[in-house]
Amino acid sequence: MNETNATLQQLVNQPYKYGFSTDIETETLPPGLNENIIRNIIKKNNEPDYMFHFRTGALKKWRKMKSPGWAKLDFLEMDYQKIVYYSAPKTKKTLANLDEVDPEIRDTFDKLGISLNEQKRLSNVAVDAVFDSISIATTFKEELEKYGVIFCPISEAIKVYPHLIKQFLGTVVPSGDNFFAALNSAVFTDGSFCYIPKNLKCPLELSTYFRINNKEAGQFERTLIVAEEGSYVSYLEGCTAPQYDTNQLHAAIVELIALKNAEIKYSTVQNWYAGDKNGIGGIYNFVTKRGLCIGENSKISWTQVETGSAITWKYPSCVLIGNKSQGEFYSVALTTNMQQADTGTKMIHVGSNTKSQIISKGISGGFSKNSYRGLVKIGTKALNSRNFSQCDSLLFGADAQANTFPYIQVQNSTSKIEHEASTSKVGEEQLFYLLQRGINAEDAVTLILTGFCKVVFDELPIEFASEVEHLLRIKLEGSVG
Amino acid sequence: MSQNNKVPLLEIKNLHASIDDNKILKGVNLSIFEGEIHAIMGTNGSGKSTLSKVIAGHPSYEVTEGEILFQGENICELDPDLRSHLGLFLAFQYPVEIAGVDNQEFLQAIYNAKQVSMNLPKVNPLFFYELLREKLKMVKLDESFISRNVNEGFSGGEKKRNEILQFALLDSKLGILDETDSGLDIDALKSISETINTLMENKSKSVILITHYKRLLEYIRPDFIHVMQDGQIIKTGDASLANLLEEKGYDWLKPVMN
Repeated sequence: MNETNATLQQLVNQPYKYGFSTDIETETLPPGLNENIIRNIIKKNNEPDYMFHFRTGALKKWRKMKSPGWAKLDFLEMDYQKIVYYSAPKTKKTLANLDEVDPEIRDTFDKLGISLNEQKRLSNVAVDAVFDSISIATTFKEELEKYGVIFCPISEAIKVYPHLIKQFLGTVVPSGDNFFAALNSAVFTDGSFCYIPKNLKCPLELSTYFRINNKEAGQFERTLIVAEEGSYVSYLEGCTAPQYDTNQLHAAIVELIALKNAEIKYSTVQNWYAGDKNGIGGIYNFVTKRGLCIGENSKISWTQVETGSAITWKYPSCVLIGNKSQGEFYSVALTTNMQQADTGTKMIHVGSNTKSQIISKGISGGFSKNSYRGLVKIGTKALNSRNFSQCDSLLFGADAQANTFPYIQVQNSTSKIEHEASTSKVGEEQLFYLLQRGINAEDAVTLILTGFCKVVFDELPIEFASEVEHLLRIKLEGSVG
Repeated sequence: MSQNNKVPLLEIKNLHASIDDNKILKGVNLSIFEGEIHAIMGTNGSGKSTLSKVIAGHPSYEVTEGEILFQGENICELDPDLRSHLGLFLAFQYPVEIAGVDNQEFLQAIYNAKQVSMNLPKVNPLFFYELLREKLKMVKLDESFISRNVNEGFSGGEKKRNEILQFALLDSKLGILDETDSGLDIDALKSISETINTLMENKSKSVILITHYKRLLEYIRPDFIHVMQDGQIIKTGDASLANLLEEKGYDWLKPVMN
């Protein structure tokens, strides 16, 4: 058993591949949070007045709130007056085209496998690249405009599409929703805005790539996706950060709105720096993600692969208001070393005949803690609604922790809820079986884990499915990276 | 034995092994030549399954004394995957399920691992499919079988056939079949025995059958039968020994030890 454990431990202690930092001149506001900082952020972004009220209102609420203590996470409270809330690369002028992006930054994204170069960019995915506080470049913007699709940095949308922003921003996650949502609402700087017009199946995958570079800066991005009646969009979010021995805060908000017969598929591959094997450094990832299925027969599907961050606090949720609307949550959370993850979902059934499905796969190794926390709530009017939940945990090593906290509330008698849960260990017998057939230890572990996660991986857009298996390999074995 | 000048395929010398400081094997000696069929019988807990796992390199067991030579080379320090590449196959008594991995993907992975070990190129899925179809026919399994997850929801018979399929696919030199007959009905036993006999036809493989029952040995006729007791082989005979054991049980052998 010791030998097997040693092999497994070796496999998980692989260096972080994206830990480099970019040396670049930045424009940075002093650390701390007050009305002055907010005024400055507004000035930097040239924002219209309505944002001042939005932001200062949020700040007032935030000051009265406390960081939530109910999650199974163990860390020292951050000093919010020491965080830098705005950091942006200095740009000399407005960019005429993508090739004018600062070469240092372009190289950074190239190294991450996200090419902003006109020739080398992914052919069927539109990318918005966000570096610290601001969006650097958005590919395929004009091409998408021809279809009526708006895909742009949210900082731009605030100025160019104020009617849409005023109508939708903060309607899914109100600024006072929780401590981190209030913080984000006060200081968020960039992120993506997507608007899909009626009856259009968005011709490209939309994607945003977030990169934290600054050592003292937090990243507070905000994404808003609106899918009009009968439309469909698939969106993917990716993230990495340099390797610092201090903790950086990432507090994001994602709001999704699906109108009648619309469908939004939102996928995340989260690979923020997780800290070293002693738990020094790493990103604190506190994220509020929520989708509103307003229209009848609408559908929102969250797929997440969480492999990074020192701390993950994240519950992508669906509020099913429209009758016959559907919510889905597919999750793989992998924690190793000293990582802590408390993640899951909330499925709030409001309309009748609503359906939700939760598939959660937690893998924990090292001394990590990995908790699933999920709420299924079926309201009085949500007649004939259904939920199916399946939460599986896989442990390797004797020191890792897996927890499951399901909360179930049903307020009518015609609905049906099913919950399945399992916890297992990467079995010595399973490994020995594969080894006996000639498969080496690293490949054997990867095969077992990808098999365990298969139902979730199958939900990822095909362009990214292989990338994710690759990512797991990097996290878990020595042959790559 | 007739194979005077040849090196045995497998030679076990004075093998001692323990798990968590419990001594299980206490000096096993055994030689197996190419083309031979050996049966190992004995009561529960006599060390039969442990012997098979130790030969295959199970990490829970520690070899404390003695040697295992495969084609003359001591393999005691080799990882299980390297032993497999040398041509050693263990058919599990309880084949393990692997969720989310389909059988074809798995079978192709083990085939390619073997190819790579021999410095041969990996085969493509189409080529492999043709090869697999042929082997499936031999073990009398339906093609739909390969799209199911490895051993998941397989019947007892299907699991055992899947083991023999892998033995055939990897073309291993030595197959250790650990209670392949357990949990099989009489028809399935007969049919799987026929497959094993077909595999043995050209005498290029050797087999160790670990079994409790004489019935298997009526279908697959062994060259030698060994009886294990308390971590040692205490009696070796020809195929007729099975009848004697059936008649008298194992108790009459005990005084031999004292």
